[in-house]
Amino acid sequence: MIHDQADYTREEEAVHEPLLSEKGEETVDVREESPLPDDLTREELTLPAPSEPEIARHYTRLSQMNWAIDSGPYPLGSCTMKYNPKFTEDVAADPNAAVHPDRPDRSVQGNLELQYRLQRFLADIGGMDAVTLQPPAGAAGELTGILIAKAYHEHHGNDRSEVVIPASAHGTNFATAATAGYDVVELPSGEDGRVDLEALEAAVGDDTAALMLTNPNTVGLFERDITEIAEIVHDAGGLLYYDGANLNALLGRGRPGDMGFDVMHYNVHKTFATPHGGGGPGAGPVGVTAELADFLPSPRVRETNGERGYERFEPAESIGKVHGFEGNWLVLIKAYAYIARLGDEGLSDAAAKAVLNANYLAERIDLEVPYGPFHHEFAATAGDRGAADVAKRMLDFGVHPPTTKWPEMVPEAMLTEPTEIENRSSLDDLAEAFDLAYADADEALETAPNRTAAARIDQVGAARNPRLSWQALDGE
Amino acid sequence: MSGSPYAPHTDAETAAMLEAVGVDDEEALFDIPEAVAFDGEFGIDARTERGIRDECARIFGRNADATEFLGRGHYAHYVPSVVDHLSDRAEFLTSYTQYQPEISQGFLQALFEYQSMLVELTGLPVANCSMYDAATALAEAATLADRTRSTSGDVVLVPGHLREGKRAVLDNYCAGADLTVESYPMDDGIADLDALADRVGDDVVMVYAENPTLRGCIEENLAAIGEIADDGDALFTLGSDVVALSVLEEPASVGADVVVGEAGALGLPTAYGMGLGIFACREEHLRQVPGRLVGASEDAAGDRAFTLTLQTREQHIRKERATSNICTNQAWVALRAAIHAAWLGPDGLVDLANDCVREAADLADRIDEVSGAAAPVHDRHHVREFAVRTDQPAAPVAEDLADEGFLVHVVGEHLLQVCVTDLTAGKSDGLVAAFEEVI
Repeated sequence: MIHDQADYTREEEAVHEPLLSEKGEETVDVREESPLPDDLTREELTLPAPSEPEIARHYTRLSQMNWAIDSGPYPLGSCTMKYNPKFTEDVAADPNAAVHPDRPDRSVQGNLELQYRLQRFLADIGGMDAVTLQPPAGAAGELTGILIAKAYHEHHGNDRSEVVIPASAHGTNFATAATAGYDVVELPSGEDGRVDLEALEAAVGDDTAALMLTNPNTVGLFERDITEIAEIVHDAGGLLYYDGANLNALLGRGRPGDMGFDVMHYNVHKTFATPHGGGGPGAGPVGVTAELADFLPSPRVRETNGERGYERFEPAESIGKVHGFEGNWLVLIKAYAYIARLGDEGLSDAAAKAVLNANYLAERIDLEVPYGPFHHEFAATAGDRGAADVAKRMLDFGVHPPTTKWPEMVPEAMLTEPTEIENRSSLDDLAEAFDLAYADADEALETAPNRTAAARIDQVGAARNPRLSWQALDGE
Repeated sequence: MSGSPYAPHTDAETAAMLEAVGVDDEEALFDIPEAVAFDGEFGIDARTERGIRDECARIFGRNADATEFLGRGHYAHYVPSVVDHLSDRAEFLTSYTQYQPEISQGFLQALFEYQSMLVELTGLPVANCSMYDAATALAEAATLADRTRSTSGDVVLVPGHLREGKRAVLDNYCAGADLTVESYPMDDGIADLDALADRVGDDVVMVYAENPTLRGCIEENLAAIGEIADDGDALFTLGSDVVALSVLEEPASVGADVVVGEAGALGLPTAYGMGLGIFACREEHLRQVPGRLVGASEDAAGDRAFTLTLQTREQHIRKERATSNICTNQAWVALRAAIHAAWLGPDGLVDLANDCVREAADLADRIDEVSGAAAPVHDRHHVREFAVRTDQPAAPVAEDLADEGFLVHVVGEHLLQVCVTDLTAGKSDGLVAAFEEVI
């Protein structure tokens, strides 16, 4: 399916869409028509003033210069880019759902019911006892979970200052622990790419508040010693935190709660196929065991006693809030619809096909893939071809490349996660793009990409000379 | 065929792939010890698409049919159709973060334009391409103050009138940074300047003010607050929203170091509190900004191109030394706000804001005429909202108003708060009549 690579050299100039400001700006004298005294207002305001047809063309043009999961494969490891079902958009667009968060409980029973149902779904899927939907993204979920762990320790009079995190973990884990005021203890990976139990024993102690673990981990390996890991952490008095980034590989096959995890977050924009929107909004609900339920953010939603209704309440030892209101509501509705659409069988099958796809693709490509066996993702190494260059060349073959240069435990890593939505021929194309790029001439790799809106972009220059607005471009 | 409706494998394909991998069945691919394996029975019944649409429509139908004169930091304005239709294009909606900029130029440019709009509205040269909401943006401003101020202090000063949710989020972030949050008193709906000046000292790292304030009052002493903060070597952070910013004093001109607040006032429906956090700051804080930044650069052909930049501040590179743990943000909501702002243009934005001032004044006057109610409680200029004093206890009055189909806030024993926007202005007659009916 992939065409002859010789076709893919840049012959035409890059595609260009002018900035809105370049299509014409207008300056308004604010004080002229203002009902306010001059000293309370600004003098003027200058912004683009395009007509609606111009706006339609501008943003349509921009959309055409953008890759999406609806455009083709998007196998970003640990990002779980799945197809976003269309009907969930219609469900979330219900005007009856779009109400103000300050409504009293009795006038917002519908939203409370859906929140309650989604909490139950997520608790069942994670093997947890209680869930909050408030965190507005995965990293916000991490922070919520760690704040809950902190509140738990403080409540029990334990002064603990450290969070243990495997070196291969997502950077957000480290930043989250620091944001919550913890020192980070980095745990090196064992030779088999998994947690080394001896290293873990040495790392945890009286100061350990929690271990943050992704399972399967970031090279797609299941932490087979999870029961022992949980025991070591719990014996030291710490809590076990589950990073939900890779939950897609476990759906219906294993539950963090059953593995000894005390607290976890869910990435609904990954596992439950809500659109990622070019960088959000996501949502990062957090599940906890019964022991931690009292510390969840406020408000929570519960059934009212006796009647068929729902109410908000503040948990006894609540950490307070992690979002000004109720989180990213429209995203949560889509997650509910997605889970309901799949049901038990669909959820389990999504995991099965995601794992099958990853293993099939790892088998098909010429690049070396260390470690194994894999769940839903694998880290191939581009070696001296360079992951970044191979990735840029892959763009020329009509696919989005995998996550590059991470995790560091695999040199020149190409972390690949096809998810369950690709079929065999699509995976074959992806494998061909991998192999063609990997085997291509040095010059082809260095000059790629050629079939994109822009040629290779100078990212060092962008950072060295930051120009972050059209105002900063004036005079250039 | 498979159980997931979105996994396209035929049985034959699955069999061929299993063979290629060298296993008999899918179960053999799972490396999960038996002791912690799960049988997949959650008890969640799969529904049809149609069934879920009916189910959710029925559930949301349980929300009361009411007119919301609600605000207090969360505002809905009319969102033009062009916003939904363009932002819902799948190339935007179903894309990921722009880690490969050459194939993500469209979204990067849209975010660059969003940043530029905030630069114009705030007068500050740096704006990031979104935070979760106003509360988390405020919290991140406090941690930025902690990192950048030379004072040894640890106190963040906030207005006595601060939304509870904002305060709760701020407290959580501040606890991690060993900061203490204290509030300064208000005087007739705006900052009590003398009390603030008395309080600011070496121990204060940030002074936060809002314009409009939580009671909807226009803050009259912004420049003075800025001077007080500056004299104390504290960061001056100003909270606002994109509609108010289009007419109120420019933050840079009153000495604001950081602007936080809501951009979701454009582009978003009420959405049960979903937001879009603003974060803008001075050049000197550029390398301390939380969140993502889009910058202009050149490509190999010498053409202008856009890319995520200054990523060495971010968690995926700097880990625990990152400026913030924020990763996924509100990019698509920022796109929506940018489209809405473009549709309004500067004229439309200014008109919308001016209407919010006029409608609030008119509605307050009319409620003031109702016997048993006095409004606005604060003798100030207002944007969108104002407080109402009621002779009767406020809570039952609000309940009675709700029975008439109108929702307002209860903010004190005898205090209600009413917010009016272009969406509700046409229902003002009904609200005034309901007030007359219930008090």
